[in-house]
Amino acid sequence: MSLLRCVDLGKTYDLGAQKLEVLKDVNLSIEPGEYVAIMGPSGSGKSTLMNILGCLDTPTTGRYELDGEQVAGMNENQLADVRNRKIGFVFQTFNLLPRQSARANVELPLVYSGVPASKRHHLAEEALKAVGLEGRTRHRPNELSGGERQRVAVARALINHPSIILADEPTGNLDTKTSIEIMKLLGDLHRDKNTIILVTHEHDIAEYAHRIVRLRDGVIESDTPGMGKT
Amino acid sequence: MIYTLVESIRLALGSLRSNMLRSLLTTLGIVIGISTVIAIISVITGLNRAFSDELSAIGSNVIYVQKFHWAKNDWSLTRKWKDIGFEEVEAIRNNSRLVDKAAPSFAATRRIKNGRRAIDDVMIFGRGKGDQEIRGATPAAGRLLVRNDFDSNRNVVLIGWDVAEKLFPYESPVGKPISVGGVRMQVVGVLDKRGSIFGSNLDVTVTMPIGTFMKYFGRKRMMTIAVLPREGVDNQEVIDELRGILRRVRKVPFGQPDNFAINKIDVLQDLYKKLTGGLYAAMFGVGTISLVVGGIGIMNIMLVSVTERTKEIGIRKALGARPRAILLQFLVEAVVLSCLGGAIGTALGFGIAALVDAVSPVPASVRPWSIAVGLGFSAGVGLIFGVVPARRAAAKNPIECLRFE
Repeated sequence: MSLLRCVDLGKTYDLGAQKLEVLKDVNLSIEPGEYVAIMGPSGSGKSTLMNILGCLDTPTTGRYELDGEQVAGMNENQLADVRNRKIGFVFQTFNLLPRQSARANVELPLVYSGVPASKRHHLAEEALKAVGLEGRTRHRPNELSGGERQRVAVARALINHPSIILADEPTGNLDTKTSIEIMKLLGDLHRDKNTIILVTHEHDIAEYAHRIVRLRDGVIESDTPGMGKT
Repeated sequence: MIYTLVESIRLALGSLRSNMLRSLLTTLGIVIGISTVIAIISVITGLNRAFSDELSAIGSNVIYVQKFHWAKNDWSLTRKWKDIGFEEVEAIRNNSRLVDKAAPSFAATRRIKNGRRAIDDVMIFGRGKGDQEIRGATPAAGRLLVRNDFDSNRNVVLIGWDVAEKLFPYESPVGKPISVGGVRMQVVGVLDKRGSIFGSNLDVTVTMPIGTFMKYFGRKRMMTIAVLPREGVDNQEVIDELRGILRRVRKVPFGQPDNFAINKIDVLQDLYKKLTGGLYAAMFGVGTISLVVGGIGIMNIMLVSVTERTKEIGIRKALGARPRAILLQFLVEAVVLSCLGGAIGTALGFGIAALVDAVSPVPASVRPWSIAVGLGFSAGVGLIFGVVPARRAAAKNPIECLRFE
């Protein structure tokens, strides 16, 4: 059974006078352990698709199943819980809380799943160690380099053992050398049997994925195997 | 849930610490409101305590027949009334069935002296026979006035506790001469300490037989008749009887109002209640207004905070925070902010009360339970005015929040 399945997925924004159809009849299945890049120019609907896959938004038509659960039609609390348990986000702009330490940032998903503080600290330190930041747990985001910040974000995405890791332009704010480091880290996660969905418009970044889905004008234009570069 | 609450308090403290000045300024309204409430509660409880002490200093069941009412007076009318005199005293003594004792007294103020030690404006009383018993006067040293003092109008006086301390700091005044308004008198006793009432010191007095008083200080003065009802008689009955007797002896025509006043401690109590009622109303007014203003200040700053932290809200929601958790976070922050103001206000209120107590004659007594009142009120204000911003934060759309820069 697929880990993630979209059936005739559509999203329409009601702008009053006109209706804006951003996604049309998207059919997509992703199996556990896959490494998929979603590509497309701006306005292609890839951000909307990513928001729906990440349970930040719900489709107007069609079905979206994640790990056996029907997401379309869920209320806000249920969506929050699904995001908490099943999805690990890695954002282009890192999205760390500026006043909190690296450890506190990594702990955040555990706070909302009700893990007690001492256990949280321990798990967060383990996760930071796994991304090579064991000496940086007390640092605040502004005391870390861009690459280090994105590693903190990756550690945070992994902390709840999510079903999928959703990386939205994870290298968009990084230089080439750091980008390669982060992509290597994602590659490592893939080898550890994590499912990764990478949203990007850069071809050399998409090359790391094992499957490339291209969107254009709200429909899937192509779905091809990727290079799986390491 | 409990983790999120603890977490919210931790977050709130962190967020307040990083905006220290702003937080303090925001809480100013709360500080003023709470400190006013605490200070006034302290003053009122202090007054209450002092008042009940003072009331027990005056005989509480004594009735005073006078020309002037203690609380309400129409001076234009009262002025024309005939003075109260010995005729009335005799009428009460002869005709009342319910009165045990009645005694006249006069009062004046004079300078008193012992050698070079002097006190100005001392209350001088000329008391009739029986007055000491009615008021329950007791000597701290020497003796009270006796029959012979009254019958022979002797130049003897009883002095109040503070007079004795001031004029005779190093020796017993009993048997010593003093000058009362230039007249030489002999001190025969010192009265027990009685404290003060409404700021007038009951221990700075000189008491002498009424005949002596009239001989030296004149007879055309305002007389007070102190009346002690018989044991177990209802007060209102005594007052009704007194009115009848006085109307007859003063020849008040039927249907005309009384041309005299019958005063009782109750009158003072009513007056006192009016006074503290005013204080309570003032407290309620100032307190409510500043708490509302303070609450609006908190609401305002929380709205600003919610907007400033839109991105944070988005991040938290993306990572699995339910709307309730966000609501709780901002609500707790508003309550913590408000309680910070409440704590400062409570401390300030205690300070004001202590200052009032120290530098003014108004007593203030700080009650520990007013801490609970202060913090309770401020927490309530935070809760009420924190709801709107917190709900706004909780209702935000995570996608738009994440896009917010």
